Formats: sequence, structure tokens, C-alpha cells
Amino acid sequence: MADLATADDVTSRDWPLDIYKALKAAGVSQVCYVPDAGHSRLIQLSHGDSAINTTVLTTEEEGVALCAGAWLGGDRAVLLMQSSGVGNCVNMLSLLASCRLPFLTFVTMRGEWAEFNPWQIPMGKATRGALEIMGVTVLRLERPEDAEEVTSAAASLAFDSDQQIAVLISQRMIGRKKWTEAK
Amino acid sequence: MTTNPHLLDRREAVKALLEDRSDLLVVSGLGSSSYDVFDAGENAANFYLWGAMGGAAMIGLGLALAQPKRPVAVITGDGEQLMGIGSLLTIAAKKPGNLAIIVLDNGHFGETGMQMSHSGLGSRLEVIAGGAGFHSVSDIADFEGIAALRRKLRNFDGPHFARIRVSTAHVARALPPRDGVFLKNRFRGHLGLPVN
Repeated sequence: MADLATADDVTSRDWPLDIYKALKAAGVSQVCYVPDAGHSRLIQLSHGDSAINTTVLTTEEEGVALCAGAWLGGDRAVLLMQSSGVGNCVNMLSLLASCRLPFLTFVTMRGEWAEFNPWQIPMGKATRGALEIMGVTVLRLERPEDAEEVTSAAASLAFDSDQQIAVLISQRMIGRKKWTEAK
Repeated sequence: MTTNPHLLDRREAVKALLEDRSDLLVVSGLGSSSYDVFDAGENAANFYLWGAMGGAAMIGLGLALAQPKRPVAVITGDGEQLMGIGSLLTIAAKKPGNLAIIVLDNGHFGETGMQMSHSGLGSRLEVIAGGAGFHSVSDIADFEGIAALRRKLRNFDGPHFARIRVSTAHVARALPPRDGVFLKNRFRGHLGLPVN
């Protein structure tokens, strides 16, 4: 990547780059996503890396199945999504439990901190519960400086210990949504 | 319900498709498709789904991306594919040359009492696949068509989409193993991958 030095515009630390580096170190070679503004930097890094197969999805549950297929074929895959997408995954998560498949997802949170859109609140409040009822272990990433360590620990739990892991990235860390185009 | 005698028997169709399968990897959708693939010949390179409805094609995509030198076939039913219809767009966008999505289309939800599916009510899955961006699409109703599809599975010029019109006639019970951990480890073992 040519512009690795570009700072995230919310925090001074480029925490998506830290996640990316930790995923590379963990041997992740597939990334799939439903876009979210909070994931845009990581998505850009992934697309820019020819050693990572990056797949855009129409709905988040596709990503659960894709990650399962990747593992069957010997690849380590990661799903990026927003908290609203977690609800779309619930039945597909049974695939992971039934086959004890490793799974790692990074979920950017909405509806939990300085949220301006009331429609984001219900799924934001239900995100942790929806994951946990299906057997997924939930980790929280609250501080930019923890990104690399949390990612590394999550990847080890998933790929070395056959666990299903969701890392919820706090909305406070991502920052308030800005409406630059209208002002 | 009447059955159309001109339509293919699903078991014979899948047997013909998997004849001389060589290094083909197969993911089968839940229900009859898994039974058909099992009945065509038990194989460690088969991954049978018993759930995860709508997920077969995407499991095939993840597998095809991980194993680009192996041909991968997803064999599923119309109802299973309908639940994951968006995955046809995702696969067409990603264009894995080694992946084929093959839908055994009887126009019905066979496992739940033979209710008519959207396919049976007029939706054309092969047209949807073409619109999604698959450049290789076939609509198959005879064994010549299956032989042509079998050749396509080896050309790495996919992704391929095929609809095979099959009969709703009753077939004998044939149940593959249901233990997901066993199926996972067996499949990975076939590829030379370690058990965790």
C-alpha cells in the first residue's frame, strides 16, 4: 500500500491498520464484508492486498457461509460487518456450531454511543445477545491502542481453538457520524 | 400431485454428473440434494449440508477461493438456492473460474410437503443467474446436457450456473452422515489439511 501513513480521521491512531497487520500475522487470506463506514479503511487495505481474496456480500449471512467454506479449503477468513448485520446471521451461525468451525468477525457498533438514528438502536442493543445465543464468544474493542492485541487474541481463539469469535468495535471509538456533504 | 414423465430422475441426473468425478470437490445443499450426492457414491471430497439453508453456494465460493486448482461443484435444490439468491450476485462479482452452482430444480420444497416453490411458480433461476453476471449458464433437461455440464466442470472458465430440471417422483431414502465435525475433518483430511 502506498498510503499506509494516512491517519484515520477520527482517532490519531490508525487502528484499522493495526487490525490488518494482526490479521496478516494470523495468516488470514480471505476477507468478506458488507460495507460500513467504520470498516472503510480496513476494506480498502484488504482490497489493496493481492494476497487477500476480498469479497463484497449482499447480506451478512453469506459471509458466515463463505468463512466456513474457506476453512474447509484451508484458508482463514474474516467477516466485516456493522451491528445491524448480526441479526441477519443468526441461523447461518448454526453451521459453525454444528461443524465446530473457526469463525472471526469484526462488528462495528451502532446504536450504543451518541447515536443519531433511532432505527439503529434495537439491533445495536441486541447485537451481543444475538451472537451469544448462537454460541459466539464476544470480545470488545474499546480503545484504539488495543486493536492489534485484541485482534491477535481473537484470531488465536478462532483459528487455533475452533471458537466462533466476534470482536465488537465500540461506536465511541469509531466516532460520531459526520455529515460533511450537507454542511 | 402428478409427475412429469419427461423430466429427469434426480438420482440418475446426479450419478451421471458425478461419473468419473476425478478431483472434483462437492458441496451439497440440505435435503434431497445431499441424499442424491451421497447416493451417487460416498466420497471424502463431499461436504453434505443438513442445515444452513441458503448457504451452500457461499460455502462453495469460500472453498473455491481457497482451492483454486480444484474444480468445485455446489449441488443444491431450487428452494435452498432461493433462500440464498443474493449469493448468485456475490459469486458472479467474484468470478471464481473453478466454481459451478448446479440447481436440481423440481419447482417444489421437497422436504416439507412438496409445496410449490417460486421456481415452480414461474421464476427462472438460470435467467436470474445470467442477470447476476454469470456468463456460463445452462438450462438442462436431458443427459446430453448433463454430459456437456460435466465437461464444463473441468474447464476452469467459470463460474458456471446450471439449472437441471428434475422430476418430483419419489426416490428411495439414502442418508449421508450427519455429524458436522466428522464431515469437516474428513473433507479437510482429503485435502491434506491437519485436524486442529
